Amino acid sequence: MNVENGIHDAPYFVPQPSKWPIMGSLALFFITAGTAFGINNVSIGWYALGLGFLVLIGMLFGWFGDVIRESNHGDYGPQVDYSFRWGMSWFIFSEVMFFSAFFGALFYTRVVSVPELGWFSNTHDYLWPMFHQAWPALSGPKVAPYTPMEAVGIPAINTGLLLTSGITVTIAHWGFVKNNRRQMTLGLAATVLLGVIFLCLQVKEYHHAYTEMHLTLASGAYGMTFFMLTGFHGMHVLVGAIMLSVMLARVIKGDFTPAHHFGFEAAAWYWHFVDVVWLGLFIFVYCL
Amino acid sequence: MQLRRLCAMAAACTPSFALAESPYTFQTPQSPIASHINDLHTWIMLIIVVVFVVVFGLMFYSIFKHRRSVGHQARHFHENTAVEVAWTIIPALILAVMAFPAARLVLAQKNTTNADITIKATGYQWLWGYDYMDYGFGYKSRLATPRAQIENYKDGAPPKSPLYLLEVDEPLVVPVGKRVRILTTANDVIHSWYVPALGVKQDAIPGFIRDTWFTAEHIGTYRGQCTELCGRDHGYMPIVVKVVSDADFKTWVTAQQAKAKAAQDDPNKKWTKDELLARGKQVFESNCAACHKVDGKGGGPFPALAGSKIATGPKEGHIHIVLTGKNAMPSWAGLSDVEVASVITYERNSFGNHTGDFVLPAEVKAARK
Amino acid sequence: MTTTTDALNPAHPIDHGHGADHGHGGHDAHDHHHAPAGWRRWVYATNHKDIGTMYLWFAFSMFLLGGTFALGIRAELFSPGMQFWQPEFFNQLTTLHGVIMVFGAIMPAFTGLMNWMIPLMIGAPDMAFARMNNWSFWLLPPAAMLLIISLFVPGGGPGAGWTFYPPLSVQLGAGMDFGIFAIHLMGLSSIMGSINIVTTILNMRAPGMTLLKMPMFAWTSLVTAYLLIAVAPVLAGAVTMLLTDRHFGTHFFNAAGGGDPILFQHVFWFFGHPEVYIMALPAFGVVSQILPTFSRKPLFGYVSMVYAVCAIAILSFMVWGHHMFAVGFPATAQLFYMFMTMLIAVPTGVKVFNWISTMWQGSMTFETPMLFAIGFLCLFTIGGMSGLVLSLAPVDIQLHGTYYVVAHFHYVLVAGALFSLFGATYYWLPKWTGNMYSERMGKLHFWWSMIAFNITFFPMHFLGLAGMPRRIPDYALQFTTFNEVASVGAFLFGFAQILFLYNVIHTIRGGVGPSPQRPWDGATTLEWDVACPAPHHTWTEPPSLALVREGLIAQGLEESTHVEELK
Ligand code: HEA
Ligand code: HEA
Ligand code: HEC
Ligand code: CUA
Ligand SMILES: [Cu+2]
Repeated sequence: MNVENGIHDAPYFVPQPSKWPIMGSLALFFITAGTAFGINNVSIGWYALGLGFLVLIGMLFGWFGDVIRESNHGDYGPQVDYSFRWGMSWFIFSEVMFFSAFFGALFYTRVVSVPELGWFSNTHDYLWPMFHQAWPALSGPKVAPYTPMEAVGIPAINTGLLLTSGITVTIAHWGFVKNNRRQMTLGLAATVLLGVIFLCLQVKEYHHAYTEMHLTLASGAYGMTFFMLTGFHGMHVLVGAIMLSVMLARVIKGDFTPAHHFGFEAAAWYWHFVDVVWLGLFIFVYCL
Repeated sequence: MQLRRLCAMAAACTPSFALAESPYTFQTPQSPIASHINDLHTWIMLIIVVVFVVVFGLMFYSIFKHRRSVGHQARHFHENTAVEVAWTIIPALILAVMAFPAARLVLAQKNTTNADITIKATGYQWLWGYDYMDYGFGYKSRLATPRAQIENYKDGAPPKSPLYLLEVDEPLVVPVGKRVRILTTANDVIHSWYVPALGVKQDAIPGFIRDTWFTAEHIGTYRGQCTELCGRDHGYMPIVVKVVSDADFKTWVTAQQAKAKAAQDDPNKKWTKDELLARGKQVFESNCAACHKVDGKGGGPFPALAGSKIATGPKEGHIHIVLTGKNAMPSWAGLSDVEVASVITYERNSFGNHTGDFVLPAEVKAARK
Repeated sequence: MTTTTDALNPAHPIDHGHGADHGHGGHDAHDHHHAPAGWRRWVYATNHKDIGTMYLWFAFSMFLLGGTFALGIRAELFSPGMQFWQPEFFNQLTTLHGVIMVFGAIMPAFTGLMNWMIPLMIGAPDMAFARMNNWSFWLLPPAAMLLIISLFVPGGGPGAGWTFYPPLSVQLGAGMDFGIFAIHLMGLSSIMGSINIVTTILNMRAPGMTLLKMPMFAWTSLVTAYLLIAVAPVLAGAVTMLLTDRHFGTHFFNAAGGGDPILFQHVFWFFGHPEVYIMALPAFGVVSQILPTFSRKPLFGYVSMVYAVCAIAILSFMVWGHHMFAVGFPATAQLFYMFMTMLIAVPTGVKVFNWISTMWQGSMTFETPMLFAIGFLCLFTIGGMSGLVLSLAPVDIQLHGTYYVVAHFHYVLVAGALFSLFGATYYWLPKWTGNMYSERMGKLHFWWSMIAFNITFFPMHFLGLAGMPRRIPDYALQFTTFNEVASVGAFLFGFAQILFLYNVIHTIRGGVGPSPQRPWDGATTLEWDVACPAPHHTWTEPPSLALVREGLIAQGLEESTHVEELK
């Protein structure tokens, strides 16, 4: 906190008026409205969705391009650096809360609703006498049978991959501190690669689930929590990998200095967050 | 009971809180729980009024005395640990005094054991179904107010009956003085079973059973309404409880049982298409028309059955959707084989659909497997 | 810094047409060479004042829209029977009224106030992330668009109430999807806005202004922003599950797959209860600025106020079950939520008592902001008391889902949040526009609102006690009289808001004359140390330690040991 530690930029950098945010809003408007129309069988909606994504990508390039330019130009003093740190921390906290909603749903179904439906209770006796609780559930009260996921195999390998990637990203960080370009490049490249392998394996796992295990989003309490949690996690891995790739490109361009590399640190924080979420997933979705 | 006496006294001095059917407070309680709630509320209101008078008294004293227009000069104090501690502790104590009787009442409300009769109340869009679990019969209870009284979009609507929106064709009948346990559940969306005078409200949640209880103290008819938003006709699914003497209840039960028996389908009966159609019309109008409309044209999210691919396609698909439901379409597996068979036959041959085929109860029975 | 004056309504004649020489909010951009003019100024804005202004205007338009829906509700409820709408459209009116008022009017209005005032009050040049600030705002109009589009798709708008309970919300038509996506966008906007506020407050305070010396409004904004960061993502998660249940076959809220409709209620109210404090805490902050100013006395019990705000925020995460007393919890859950809810009355009581002690022995005057602050205090206390009645689980069994709840939350939301917003507007309008508003019209607005508000919402307590359900388009005959009264009140209340609009526009165009830099002699926070109207860029140089200390001494937050050195 600046008041307490006396850090004050003179002046604090306030960016010029910018067209990127409004582009972002338009993009999100197209994406949301497009999806809303699309899922209600108005096919033009899907085109709007595609357009929205294009605009969004353009906007991200433009916006982050500006940020990188400003950063390289030396506009960001130590106080701005602090702002970025606070901002990124609370952003990650908000992501934690987003995942909490789904973890909450998982715990609720496991501890409250599935037992009530399938065990000694009025609900069970009067309405679902044929359903018996189990976890991993093999079916829902009215869901076709399916095979639940095993923790061994791909999930265990994936856990190993992500844990290793946590180490490689830290190695890259040491490279930043020591200003060792080679170490940075290799560390980052290895991290991105591990992330990509993780995603490929996840796709394979999903394919297997859908085609051979009859495990789908519609497979009741187990299927929905499994796919929603791992799916949102996978999306975050994707975003994290993209962030790290951008950092890799910037490293190759020679953007960072040992004192000034918050862009990389932010991506690394995010990566660690994704890592920790996976551990929670591995324990609560696959193992227990 | 001390509290009761205190409240009775309070009620006597503050008439607006407890006059019979005063429009300013709860309906006159007709069950022990309802009177306890009433007493608790009166007691809380007393405390609140006292707190209120103190708080507002101080504030308005200050507003009148410490204004600049009467020449008051500001004094610049801004802390006083003693009063700050006091006004943290005292409200906490007041709250404890409120919490104690409330906690006891929660325990009483939640104790649904030792019921004399158990009735299952099922919320449908937009009517209630009652099943007397101990006597093996059940029926549906619908709003009796005619639509013409409700829809006043144009002039010339008939005058509203005195029990407008609070009348049903078949009320719930319970014996006086008996502990009645109500199991609630729902067929489609969440409803809530609420009878103010009896002090009960319990949400009816599809796929789950919840329960509550009451003991009606006097013979009479008590009325309530669904209190959980359940779609278009949420305002039109009243609950009417008719409390009768024990003897009257017994006669009524016997009559109902006989009626149910007469209406029961003979499992060996050979159904003709016309019989199925007639029966199906009945089933359709009491179960399906709420969404698909009497003319099968549907509306909003509810698809038309007239000309529908499923209702004119292969029988299997039709039976399947009715038995298992789909998205907002509830499962109707709770209907009997005859009912499902007849309603499907009806749908396939009405609203301009002419498949010409018909579905026998045996086919439904087979499809359930 | 002694530009104080008592002349609130300068006697010189009003000059409507020629306000131009007092730089209006709308046209003072050219003095800064970077700021683009015309529409770009607003659409590309990175200036916290411009963005704040847009937030406030957006919120006010949404208030009028939501209010118009409310009038639609009240018109239908004027008499029994269906007069104007089909029942399903009535449900859509109720839903959109709630959603628009909560997410479109009250929350953006407070965010707008924070945008405008926090940098000024803590001596920062702008918000920490000025560009992202723009994005936070510009996500709102698309969200509003989605809500409006929803009314025109087949099946109409979302009609499941602002609480979106499944399975009803799973059953409804396409309008629901638009509602869900609107919530997503508004949630995104809130999260980004809150991160900005937290960062600004933590990182950009003027020298000498430690956390426990910030203006109370900054404190409540900080805590509010934290609440939002914690719960807005949870709401996003809840509506996402709703969306997948609707379209992608999941069973989160469907027993047939092992889910539970009640799960949604838990997740929703985990968001929803903190949400109501998100709408109340900034109001507390505003009142804590206004009362000391017009009592000419420092805020009483600053530190305990801070603790109370934090306590309310923490407790607000543990009480959500009080919205679900009727779903059939086991007795233990019923008792837990009941006790926790009752506990919130303690810190809230501390705040009320502190405010009264702030007025006590003051030298009070009653300009419009003060009137609204006192109106807030009176009516919020009533609303809090009815909240307390509802918090008692057994009593709530009678009152849940009835108009008693509607009465309760309009007392805390309209007389609480909205009145504080009116107070804040009158309080800071001179700083925003450089002009003084018409005190006579302001007072008329206050008294009219105060009376009409009570006519509208007080009878609803009686309706609820007697058992009238909420969210119904038609009612039994014994409820007629009170509904008539409430409907008449609602139209009267709506009319008062036209006065407000007129007064604000009148002030922008010159008002009753230019305002001095410090129009309120009791005002001691930093925003009154900048010119009037506030220039486009303020505090590009942080305020000096001396200036900050001067204000803190006047607020009773620092001892004046070095008075000479400050001179
Ligand atoms: C600004 C918004 C706001 C605020 C501040 C509050 C404050 C409180 N609310 Fe309210 N509430 C809502 C907005 C708000 N509420 C909304 C929108 C709903 C309905 C949502 C829906 O269903 O659509 C709702 C619903 C609601 C319910 C559920 C009703 C139901 O649906 O069945 C309950 C039940 O406990 C409740 C309780 C309380 C309590 C105990 C407080 C307390 O915080 C109040 C504390 C204040 C005081 C008590 C007064 C001041 C204190 C003193 C002077 C001290 C001395 C007093 C004593 C010791 C008695 N509220
Ligand atoms: C957050 C803030 C907020 C605000 C400010 C308001 C403001 C008002 N509310 Fe709102 N209300 C809610 C939040 C709010 N409400 C919520 C959350 C619900 C629950 C929804 C649900 O159940 O899902 C609700 C529900 C609700 C109901 C219950 C509906 C039902 O259960 O079916 C009613 C009924 O009277 C009502 C009335 C009003 C009125 C009359 C106002 C008035 O204060 C509005 C005043 C404003 C205007 C009238 C507009 C201004 C003027 C003009 C547009 C000019 C034209 C007018 C004239 C010439 C007269 N509200
Ligand atoms: C709660 C409202 C509701 C009730 C009551 C209801 N349905 Fe439906 N029904 C629906 C909805 C919604 C669908 C569309 C399901 C989908 O495709 O997502 C549907 C679809 C159908 C279809 C398939 C139509 C098509 O072409 O897609 C048939 C057949 C049908 N219902 C029969 C019935 C029968 C028979 C009953 C009564 C025993 C009934 N419904 C009661 C809501 C209802
Ligand atoms: Cu059934 Cu409301
Ligand atoms: Cu609450």
